[in-house]
Amino acid sequence: MVDLAKIKPYGDTLNDGIIQLSFTLPVPYGDEAVEAACQLVKKMGLENPCVVYSKDLTGYSYFIVYAKATQTVDYMKIEVPKVCVNIMSKEEIEGYINDNIKRDLVIVGACTGTDAHTVGIDAIMNMKGYAGHYGLERYKGIDAYNLGSQVLNEELVAKVIELNADAILVSQVVTQRDVHIPNLTQLVELLEAENIRDRVILICGGPRISHELAKELGYDAGFGVGSFAEDVASFIVTEIVNRKLV
Amino acid sequence: MNKLNLDSKLIDSSRDAAKKIADEVQNFIDKHTTTSIERTIARLLGVDGIDKIGKPLPNVLVDNVRRSGGLGRGIAFWIGNAIVQTGDTPQEIVEQISRGELDITHIQIANEDRIRKTVLDMAKKTVAKISENRRKREEFIATLGEGKQPYLYVIVATGNIYEDMEQAKSAARQGADIIAVIRTTGQSLLDYVPYGPTTEGFGGTYATQENFRIMRKALDEVGGEIGRYIRLCNYCSGLCMPEIAAMGAIERLDMMLNDALYGILFRDINMQRTLIDQYFSRVINGFAGIIINTGEDNYLTTDDAVEAAHTVLASQFINEQFALKAGIPEEQIGLGHAFEMDPSIENGFLMELAQAQMAREIFPNALLKYMPPTKYMTGNIFKGHLQDAMFNLASIMTHQGIQLLGMPTEAIHTPHLQDRYLSIENAEYIFNNARNLGDEITFRKDGMIQTRAQEVLKKAEELLNQIEKEGIFKTIEEGKFGGIKRARTGGKGLDGVIKKDSGYFNPFIQLMVGGED
Repeated sequence: MVDLAKIKPYGDTLNDGIIQLSFTLPVPYGDEAVEAACQLVKKMGLENPCVVYSKDLTGYSYFIVYAKATQTVDYMKIEVPKVCVNIMSKEEIEGYINDNIKRDLVIVGACTGTDAHTVGIDAIMNMKGYAGHYGLERYKGIDAYNLGSQVLNEELVAKVIELNADAILVSQVVTQRDVHIPNLTQLVELLEAENIRDRVILICGGPRISHELAKELGYDAGFGVGSFAEDVASFIVTEIVNRKLV
Repeated sequence: MNKLNLDSKLIDSSRDAAKKIADEVQNFIDKHTTTSIERTIARLLGVDGIDKIGKPLPNVLVDNVRRSGGLGRGIAFWIGNAIVQTGDTPQEIVEQISRGELDITHIQIANEDRIRKTVLDMAKKTVAKISENRRKREEFIATLGEGKQPYLYVIVATGNIYEDMEQAKSAARQGADIIAVIRTTGQSLLDYVPYGPTTEGFGGTYATQENFRIMRKALDEVGGEIGRYIRLCNYCSGLCMPEIAAMGAIERLDMMLNDALYGILFRDINMQRTLIDQYFSRVINGFAGIIINTGEDNYLTTDDAVEAAHTVLASQFINEQFALKAGIPEEQIGLGHAFEMDPSIENGFLMELAQAQMAREIFPNALLKYMPPTKYMTGNIFKGHLQDAMFNLASIMTHQGIQLLGMPTEAIHTPHLQDRYLSIENAEYIFNNARNLGDEITFRKDGMIQTRAQEVLKKAEELLNQIEKEGIFKTIEEGKFGGIKRARTGGKGLDGVIKKDSGYFNPFIQLMVGGED
């Protein structure tokens, strides 16, 4: 029986706590390096570290380690903020716009700052979409503008004003040294300075974005991995009606 | 080699159309120069360094001539004239300009033949130095040896050249043949080349001449230690395409990303500017023995790899012709393509094989550059490692030349030390274990692989003939490549395009390709 108040990893028996790790230490390969890896794993709160593979990377040492977790988590007390909206299909969203908004929505998207990876914004916006889910460009009732990669926040805001956009989608895929956080924050500040923050739906997305983080940074919603155009569009159209931005 | 039963008439017709496309553009190129080409000539004549506010001296010089409207004659003319009249070196002359002591266009004009001869003599010295670098590379390869093809190509991108150096050496010791130093985000849009060693960058490291020198030295050292010549690659694209080529030629880089259309499509650089710049950059790369890598793989990140496969082939034909025009021999043309089909497609691997084999057969002497899966990498590092294995298998079966190694952590972060090790091990295992698989197999007549390749070739041939009718400018305006539309007068850098005057000359074109300019 799983005790939900005390869960730990499942390897091949319940509660064996097995975890796999792999990492590199900047020390020459040898017995001392292996011992260093074991000690490090123990300091992480894991027991019985077992180095199953190690490799000399000339001056560096690589390890694959199995070990047992000693800590547990109370699953019953977990709360994760989520985007609360009824997810509609593309056709339902188009119908919803037609019935409740009665005009075309303008959605501007970009991969901003230093990020050059457009896979995320393309998956949501481009005609073809991703994994069989059409992108916003194909939606009736939505004018979608994908500005591409490395767009400056200033440029994005200028475009939002020019197009009188209803919603902004910001994608952050590969970033270095957490540069996406100040970048996302700066956009909120710019929108506030232009006095348009309240009249747009502001959304960010990417593999390192959660709804919780998005809310913390002043966004209306955040979408992580596995989100499709209909998830984002459902949120936008519902929010526009709820916030009386029709 | 004809495993795919491709129609040679279609190949000839494609190549012929691509040649006409390139011919037409060459007419346009020959009538123009750009600020970055003129800065390149200044660099090749020995101008380097920065002024007191950090502005590169080649920019100081070109801006001086430009303000007086003299750039149509070419920077070589003005430098030559200044040398004849003052006896100073180009560097001394430009330092005087940077201190505000001299306007180079106000110096009295000397005898034209004397100017030309002076500059040509000076240019010959630089050209000899580049030839010497080429000879040195050949000697290293002859004495140290090199890895087997497909060469293992990995990337370093820490932002700090000294840290890049350590990671590059580590990768070479583990088996890498080529180290590419990714440039910092946004460098392609700078209209100057930064100066000196750099330790800060995002997603990459600034391409500077000093950084080139530092990395070259490190790779020569590690190459000597492990007994294999390690090639150095950088990015000859963006607004400073020819300048980067010149720096690479002087510092003995071995490989450059150098696509004729990439900047237009993916960096929104003006198409006139890019097409003019790519020519001189390729002249330099060709002469320096630098292998160029074209960027067709990028089309497949914005467009679909199954549906847009023919645009990759069409672009390879065009890139080949532009490269040949610039005097690059086929062996130095690293035509790009990528393993980017959705892994969930039934028999998708067969289509990937068809594409890779087709490139091999149509461009038998080119050093094909094969790019790994990126678009359908998910963060599941275990599946990603398998996708990379399939990519490696396709490569060894079809005799690709350069293998940009896929990383299991693609789509998560820039590669960690261990990611590179795991990827090199993956490739070495498969390349060794299946080394001659491709020589042993044939493809079934009119089977799925043959049919797929034939279809892609047919569509590419149609597209090329259509482009030939409409011209490349219009084709790009219509968004035929990568699904991206660009306007002839749009994008960045158009203000750097200048019409040549009748007295224009660039001594390096003459010396490097032997043609008149």
